[in-house]
Amino acid sequence: MNGAQDMGGKHGFGPVHPEPNEPVFHAEWEKRAFALTLAMGMPGGWNIDMSRFARENRPPTEYLSMSYYQIWYAALEHMIKERGLVSDDEVAAGHSLRPPKPVKRVLSPADVAKTLHRGGPTDRETNTKAQFKPGDRVRTKNINPLTHTRLPAYVRGHVGTIERVIGCHVFPDSNATGAGENPQWLYTVRFDGRELWGADADPTTKVSIDAWEPYLEST
Amino acid sequence: MSEHDHEHHHDHDHSELSETQVRVRALETVLTEKGYVDPVALDLLIETYEKKVGPRNGARVVAKAWADPAYRARLLKDATPAIAEIGYAGRQGEHIVALENTPKLHNMVVCTLCSCYPWPVLGLPPVWYKSAPYRSRAVADPRGVLADFGVSLPKDTEIRIWDSTAEIRYLVLPMRPADTEGWSEEKLAELVTRDSMIGTGLPRSPKDLK
Repeated sequence: MNGAQDMGGKHGFGPVHPEPNEPVFHAEWEKRAFALTLAMGMPGGWNIDMSRFARENRPPTEYLSMSYYQIWYAALEHMIKERGLVSDDEVAAGHSLRPPKPVKRVLSPADVAKTLHRGGPTDRETNTKAQFKPGDRVRTKNINPLTHTRLPAYVRGHVGTIERVIGCHVFPDSNATGAGENPQWLYTVRFDGRELWGADADPTTKVSIDAWEPYLEST
Repeated sequence: MSEHDHEHHHDHDHSELSETQVRVRALETVLTEKGYVDPVALDLLIETYEKKVGPRNGARVVAKAWADPAYRARLLKDATPAIAEIGYAGRQGEHIVALENTPKLHNMVVCTLCSCYPWPVLGLPPVWYKSAPYRSRAVADPRGVLADFGVSLPKDTEIRIWDSTAEIRYLVLPMRPADTEGWSEEKLAELVTRDSMIGTGLPRSPKDLK
């Protein structure tokens, strides 16, 4: 979706302000919101692309005025309610008012370390052949789906060079909607700064994205 | 802004924060009562990223690559198994690529769409990495962003920005500082900063340690 999350090349946000000796979390609730989000992935049954969509899918004014963990928390509450695991009145009451819905798995303390260590690899076996090879010139398609995509607006319709064939990976545009993993070939595509930003751009800048084959066409 | 406005603004922020605090606590209680989460598991998740997983992990990887040419070659060829040799792997680092800085090429990593970051080697991202100023400008004005960090590179150095749009996570391998011949990996690791592994900074120099 063309939401406020797609920030590449936007103007007006001002300078970057690094915080010296920054703590990992800035408030107790941030820690809990972070941990709840990770832990609820298991009983909630959503995938990472669904949670990314739940975060970006809000009015731009909200997205830009909320802190990072406020966005995480809002997405978490949304996904939990969407699946009927918790209701509004329960959050308002601060207590469970109904019996739980059956869930597949709950993250136990004993499983935390190995679950994190395993992570969620996205590479998949395939018997298809990659359409592009390193050095090929490609154009990114002009797509504007209302649903989740990982093709940033600032590269759409631009010509770049395939730098690396990464492998076959879960396709977020399908995975986020519940349409399945639909694995696709993934490439690193490099763009010249002037191709993206015009003739006045710094000629020493090169930008790359990782792009799935359905985002690309040959030139 | 007058003093009154400032106070008002501050109160407003404070009450919003309290509201969030109350709401997060309420949801945690509901989820715990329903048996969907175990608060001990939540504590462990927090402890992992507050105490165990952070940029010191990445610093060990970089220092080893500086000290050991065979390891450096393995890291640049396929970083995920090379990093797993030291024991770092997993969530948000399932597919890691190491990017070598040279006198002609400087690499810098961003996620313009959200906050993708190599957790097993760098921990959780700092606020600036997730914020609009960095995400918007890194791809269009990297030299301007570097200036915000007090970094200035030669005019002819190529600056390569890696936008983390898929599940590939990038770790910058900065150039080894001069005058560090014969240093141990432990001592070299002290020169490696978090920002030097994102590409928004450079490693410390030996004189910075004194």
